[in-house]
Amino acid sequence: MTPAPRQPIVLRLLAATPRAGWLALGAFALTALVVVPGLYLFTPPGSPLHVPDHVLTVGGKIMCYAIVAVAMDLIWGYAGILSLGQGLFFALGGYAFGMYLMRGIGRDGVYQSDLPDFMVFLDWKALPWFWRGTDHLAWALALVIGVPALVAVLFGAFAFRSRIKGVYFSIITQALTYAAMLLFFRNETGFGGNNGFTDFKRIAGFSIVAPGTRATLFALTAAALAGTLVLVRFVVTSKYGRVLAAIRDSEERVRFLGYDPLWYKLLAWTLAAVLCAIAGALYVPHVGIINPSEMSPASSIEIAIWVAVGGRGTLLGPVLGAALVNLAKSWFTVAFPQLWVFFLGAIFVLVTLYLPDGVLGLGRRVLRRGVSA
Amino acid sequence: MRSPSVVATALCALALPALAAALDPAAVRRLGAEGSEEKLAAVRQLVADGDPAATPVLQALSEGTLALAGERVVRPVEGRTVDAATGEAIDPPPADAATIDVNNRVRREVETGLAALRLLDPAREVRRAAAEELAGAASPELAPLLGRALARERDPATRALLALAHARASLESPDPAARAAAATDLGASASSAVRALLARHAGEEEPDAAVRRAAAASLAAVDRRLALGEYAGRLFSGISLASILLLAALGLAITYGVMGVINMAHGELLMIGAYATFAVQSVFARRFPGALDWYVAAAIPVAFLAAAVVGMAMERTVIRFLYGRPLETLLATWGLSLVLIQAVRSLFGPQNVAVANPSWMSGGFELMPDVVLPWNRIAIVGFSACVLALVWLFIGRTRLGMFVRAVTQDRVMAGCTGVPTGRVDTLAFGLGAGIAGLGGVALSQIANVGPEMGQAYCVDSFLVVVLGGVGQLAGAVWAALGLGLVTKLLEGWSGAVIAKIAVLVLVVVFIQKRPQGIFALKGRVVEG
Repeated sequence: MTPAPRQPIVLRLLAATPRAGWLALGAFALTALVVVPGLYLFTPPGSPLHVPDHVLTVGGKIMCYAIVAVAMDLIWGYAGILSLGQGLFFALGGYAFGMYLMRGIGRDGVYQSDLPDFMVFLDWKALPWFWRGTDHLAWALALVIGVPALVAVLFGAFAFRSRIKGVYFSIITQALTYAAMLLFFRNETGFGGNNGFTDFKRIAGFSIVAPGTRATLFALTAAALAGTLVLVRFVVTSKYGRVLAAIRDSEERVRFLGYDPLWYKLLAWTLAAVLCAIAGALYVPHVGIINPSEMSPASSIEIAIWVAVGGRGTLLGPVLGAALVNLAKSWFTVAFPQLWVFFLGAIFVLVTLYLPDGVLGLGRRVLRRGVSA
Repeated sequence: MRSPSVVATALCALALPALAAALDPAAVRRLGAEGSEEKLAAVRQLVADGDPAATPVLQALSEGTLALAGERVVRPVEGRTVDAATGEAIDPPPADAATIDVNNRVRREVETGLAALRLLDPAREVRRAAAEELAGAASPELAPLLGRALARERDPATRALLALAHARASLESPDPAARAAAATDLGASASSAVRALLARHAGEEEPDAAVRRAAAASLAAVDRRLALGEYAGRLFSGISLASILLLAALGLAITYGVMGVINMAHGELLMIGAYATFAVQSVFARRFPGALDWYVAAAIPVAFLAAAVVGMAMERTVIRFLYGRPLETLLATWGLSLVLIQAVRSLFGPQNVAVANPSWMSGGFELMPDVVLPWNRIAIVGFSACVLALVWLFIGRTRLGMFVRAVTQDRVMAGCTGVPTGRVDTLAFGLGAGIAGLGGVALSQIANVGPEMGQAYCVDSFLVVVLGGVGQLAGAVWAALGLGLVTKLLEGWSGAVIAKIAVLVLVVVFIQKRPQGIFALKGRVVEG
């Protein structure tokens, strides 16, 4: 018996997503890459078709969150690993790119020094060693991917090797991001203490507030989200993804069948960390600030609720959940700032109690009932 | 430091001998000299003579009522003018009396001198206060007087202070032998001020080699003692942190052990206990201000009940429906914690509220001059030991405790033998929550009470449970003790943040070796 010839990866990548998926992705790409930036740039502010600044900012932010949610879904929905520390990787990516943006300020800061303002404030005379080379975009991007990947591989290898799983793993990841937050809060760590990085001026030579830059950033983020969806879809439909789902359902049985779950989990874990880091790097120029509060356990656990609200184990679910929760947050914090936390708490409780498959699951149930009736 | 009444007592005590004795007239005359140096020398001489009669004269000098009339120094006493040296009244009062001015330097010397003279006072409290003052600042001229006072002194606390002051003054003596003896005597001290003094005499500044040697030997002894004191202090703060962690983690160990449920709202149950303490304090302040010192005793049952009721409500309405889905429970209880925090914020305001220590808990036990163990922390260590003992008795000796153990080990089998598992769950959850409430009472005595206070202890108490192993009280105790001590010892060595990170790394590495915690249940378990 000869093994079936392996298809080229491009074909497999294409085959991973069904036709409807490609159509939806195409529509999304057309909207986010062409229509929205086009309307933003080329219609006058008074026109009814014009896309205002804040829509672009909120949209960009939510797409970054959606990437994080898809990454979270990869490890939680498909591999059964509930990480309460994804915010750490998001923030690490943000900080790595933030270093590049800080160097981009040049002498335009408050103190007109070559050093970032917070270093002048701390009376430092030279850049610390880990800031070296961060004025080059390529090196900064390498850091965006490399540092979180390294942290994820080291931590994951330790944790998965000793078979820490379930709530134990969740707790340890939460402690990890908590410890990192404390570390980044210190001024001596060299990342601006509790103020973090802000007041960015330019990115790759272009002004960060120029409409062209903002539209490009928006389009880039949309492309990153689309890429993430295709990649994760490919991963979870591959043979590797099947083993991953089997590990989620019963790790012991998978082990008895002769697979070593360590490598499967480690790869998914690291991939999710890198995706979060990329989202973080895109997030920083959108909102113009990165500080240690992104690493707080509370913001990491919120990521899990985006996925839960949308529906675990699907790819559209996390995107939907991230958008729904964050739009609700934007609306509540303006309309009823006191009630937002109550509402968020209620979502956590109600979704876990009554919507185990999220909004998508609810939609499917309603549809099925409609068909059978 | 010195109250007016003490001064008055000293003056009364000295008034009688003052009439009989006469001071050195030359020295008294020099008090009225032009130059400050002359005045300083005169003050020193009068004090070194140790005659109590000098006290009112120096007092007058410091108050600015001492005057120079021709060649005589005079001071006013009850409307009359007396000769400062002899104490005899001058009648008629001299017309040309001019007040003697003193600068701050002289005034300081006079103050020290007055303290030295008070060392000879009959009242023990006055002597001790004076010795305390002099132990910090004694000049070499006082050495003989201090020696005399030391020889007469019987009160041990005052003796210790005097010995220090004496050695201190002798260290400045021009005689090398006296300096060497003083350096040796100072080896018995444990204060950082003495350390600085010895360090000066062990170095190049000291001309005499013998003194340098003696000072260096004493310096080493003092350093050892100081290091020991610091170590003891750190050990104590480690035990104190461990007792807090234990209170926070005990309840968590019970709920996690029984139901396999990680309750992310556990820290908020601590917070509810602390706010219950605040509420009881407010009620006491309004209704029973006389018994305010005992509000903590009343707060203990109130906090236990408040937290237990909230915990049982959580179990009945949410957690019950999520059995067998630990990850979902984690998220749902996190949601509950958000709701609880926001509810407290709306009720009591976002700021911290003030919970005061009762008077019997303020202050501390002085282990060494630089090491003070605060009473409130000592009380908390005792309190958590009591709570631990009660929980241990409850789990090990009561019928309900037996049910809890049975459900922890095998829920289905326990149910088959007639254990009402549902009710046991609720009660066990209430117990765990109540213990967290007790932790809140303890925490309110040493930390800020605010809506977010629980979150800081949440991660730590989880680490205790993870490290200690599931359903193991002994594991939780050892894990809390270990984490508390390691954190505080590392903190002294590397700072708080690095210590926290190091502890986390240690926990992860430890779990590598013993994935089931310190006290793993024996036997092999395959999960389903």
